[in-house]
Amino acid sequence: MTTPIERSTDRASSPAATGAGEQVLRHRMKPGRWARELGWRHVVGVLAVLYAVFPIVYVVSASLSPSGTLTGSNELFAQVSGVNYADLGNTKFWTWMGNTLVIGVATAVGTVLMGAAAAYAFSRFRFAGRRLGLTSLLIIQMFPQMLAFVAIFLLLISLGEVVPALGLNSKLALICVYLGGALGVNTFLMYGFFNTVPRELDEAAKIDGATHAQVYWTIILRLVTPILAVVALLSFISTFGEFIIARVVLQSESNWTLAVGLYGWVSSLLEANWGLFAAGAVLSAIPVLALFLFLQKYIVGGLTAGSVKG
Amino acid sequence: MSRARYKGAVAGSGTFSGAGFAVKLVLIALVDALGVFGVLAAWRAGSWGILAAMVALLVAANWVYFTKRALPLKYILPGLAFLLVYQVYVVGYTGYVAFTNYGDGHNSTKEQAIDALLVQNERRVEGSPALPLTVVEDGDGELGFAVVEDGVAEVGTAEEPLAAAPDATLDGDAVTAVPGWTVLDRATVLQRQEEVTTLRVPVSDDAADGSVRTQDARTGYVFQPVLEYDEAADTMTDTSTGVVYTPNDEGQFASADGETLPVGWRVTVGFENFATAFGDERYAGPFVKILLWTFAFAVLSVVTTFALGMFLAMVFNDPRLRGRKIYRTLMILPYAMPGFLAALLWSGMLNKSFGVINQVLLGGAAIPWLTDPWLAKLSVLGVNLWLGFPYMFLICTGALQSLPGDVYEAARIDGAGKWRTWRSITMPLLLVATAPLLISSFAFNFNNFTLIKMLTGGGPRFDDASVPLGHTDILISMVYNVSGLDGSAPRDYGLASALSIVIFVVVGVISAVAFRQTRKLEELS
Repeated sequence: MTTPIERSTDRASSPAATGAGEQVLRHRMKPGRWARELGWRHVVGVLAVLYAVFPIVYVVSASLSPSGTLTGSNELFAQVSGVNYADLGNTKFWTWMGNTLVIGVATAVGTVLMGAAAAYAFSRFRFAGRRLGLTSLLIIQMFPQMLAFVAIFLLLISLGEVVPALGLNSKLALICVYLGGALGVNTFLMYGFFNTVPRELDEAAKIDGATHAQVYWTIILRLVTPILAVVALLSFISTFGEFIIARVVLQSESNWTLAVGLYGWVSSLLEANWGLFAAGAVLSAIPVLALFLFLQKYIVGGLTAGSVKG
Repeated sequence: MSRARYKGAVAGSGTFSGAGFAVKLVLIALVDALGVFGVLAAWRAGSWGILAAMVALLVAANWVYFTKRALPLKYILPGLAFLLVYQVYVVGYTGYVAFTNYGDGHNSTKEQAIDALLVQNERRVEGSPALPLTVVEDGDGELGFAVVEDGVAEVGTAEEPLAAAPDATLDGDAVTAVPGWTVLDRATVLQRQEEVTTLRVPVSDDAADGSVRTQDARTGYVFQPVLEYDEAADTMTDTSTGVVYTPNDEGQFASADGETLPVGWRVTVGFENFATAFGDERYAGPFVKILLWTFAFAVLSVVTTFALGMFLAMVFNDPRLRGRKIYRTLMILPYAMPGFLAALLWSGMLNKSFGVINQVLLGGAAIPWLTDPWLAKLSVLGVNLWLGFPYMFLICTGALQSLPGDVYEAARIDGAGKWRTWRSITMPLLLVATAPLLISSFAFNFNNFTLIKMLTGGGPRFDDASVPLGHTDILISMVYNVSGLDGSAPRDYGLASALSIVIFVVVGVISAVAFRQTRKLEELS
């Protein structure tokens, strides 16, 4: 897989590091010069990779350690067994995993649908209150929803008295709360990207008789797929790891998400539950890690789109 | 877009394709059905605020999707509805709660508080007869009592006052069966003893009539409130002592000598919560420490992650270097790891007695990484560095590669050395390019509840504080602890909301100033 970073360095060598003609010299470089110019970079690289990877190696080893305790996990890969993974079946882990995936996917899909629609309206229509709307979104986005968790808790108590499915201890209610934060965070990211799609395209389609809905579904959405992927992914990942609102809203153990459940294991009986936690951590990191590696090129593009022009 | 074009777009919306229109009709019908269901439910529950909001949303939805004059709203409304309810409203409500004494002891309206007071302060009515009693259970598992009073069987639960049950079967003077109810046997009663002994079945709708309670699940007695509420005078009178309680400004009934009844109601208290946060000695000391640490934590997190990320980006920004892709993939692994898992994982690794850092890497040292005030702060920053540097590495790499080559050429021609080039060209350009992301990163870390909660839980605790706060608590975790939602402290929604407002203001001001500054920077460059 080639990332944008990779491609852009292929095109033009980085200005910060290379002088002209040094490419040719690579094979004839003397060992001293190699060490001075490239060797130390490998040393730094190996150190950085060790720093980055050590905890991950450790958690994999701990998850395979049959003792299942913190002390017993300290010798990396001393013994290997799948007993911790099997033990997860006796806990609520898989229920939590299911809850987390349902909540994460529903939130991601909802966020993309609503955010893209709003971005389309702001990008393509001119209407009274458009500037005001954009400015309000910019201001609202500065106030993270999680800060209002007390008010969310109180709101859900009242809503639950009317419609229990929208009240406390309901996954649907949690999804609704997360969707409330969808517009504020993502519309701007999408709005900028929508503006880069040439307007001539939808005008041509309109002349051919397409309605605004047809333009939206068949032309614009096809052209902005990368940003949709980024927003869906970021939304999924942030929902996946969200703790404070999930903790406040979901009260019975069978409704918990992974973040709430695994926190419970570690905070209550750290020493005894360590093997279970490690196995659970490895399994829960896999979906996010996989998404991340597969969509790496989109993420790097999406992250830098907001900041770097060029 | 010109006016004419906008009109064109509106005209376009008139020509519905058949299938699209059908989908729209079905969706609107669905929304309307759910909406009407919600409205009826709100009506039944008597929640007028929710009722009004639901009606407004429903009317808005139908208007927007059937008029031709609200084209942009067709696209904005779904997101806007969620935004208004779950973000704008809750932020506004936080502002309201911040000025009330909502919390334990002040949980409800005055009427509910009066009812609760009447129910909770009960005494057996002198000389009242012992009622033969049977514990029963309805289909939903809710417990109730079936009693026989003057030869008539009556059934009720905590919610439903006693009502005559003429079709009940009596054996001697006790009820043995009631249609629609299951009579609990002895063993089950023993199992659910606690529920049975705390159950109060009201005699009638009027709380002043008292309720039936039992100790042995065989006989019940009528208990009546010790307190008496006088509606005309708005006072509570203790019938046993004769003390009169009158409502005060704090939302409690108070006697003449200042004694208050335990259940109050919520009232607006002005800036009292803010005064508590800044002035009350229980909170002010920890609050100032926590505020400073929150700033230090957020700033240092951004600085350290950015420094390491930038350093690595520059080291790997050399196309001659082999294996860059492998290095990069391995290095961004921490970023792909969900933050809560990383924090929990490190909390085990840094454990003083059993953790891998002390036991293996440091050869059995017993360094109190998470339990010493300063080391805990260092650990929090270290773990956040591990979590955050790959992100900075990614954005710095992207920014470095988009820097214009000509300025470097100009610098070389001017004879600038490596250090000078970095200081005068690379660094400023990099900062301009990444400034908005650095601000977001600051704002994110300012409220990085997950990291603190999962890694140290805010600990180690302050020695001198009576409230559950510690040396690594940041403002948002202080809000969480003060709110009492996890049961570690009495609930105080008012104070918690007031602290939330303080965070809102801090984050808002910093974001506004910072964005203005970056705009200036961009104009300069």
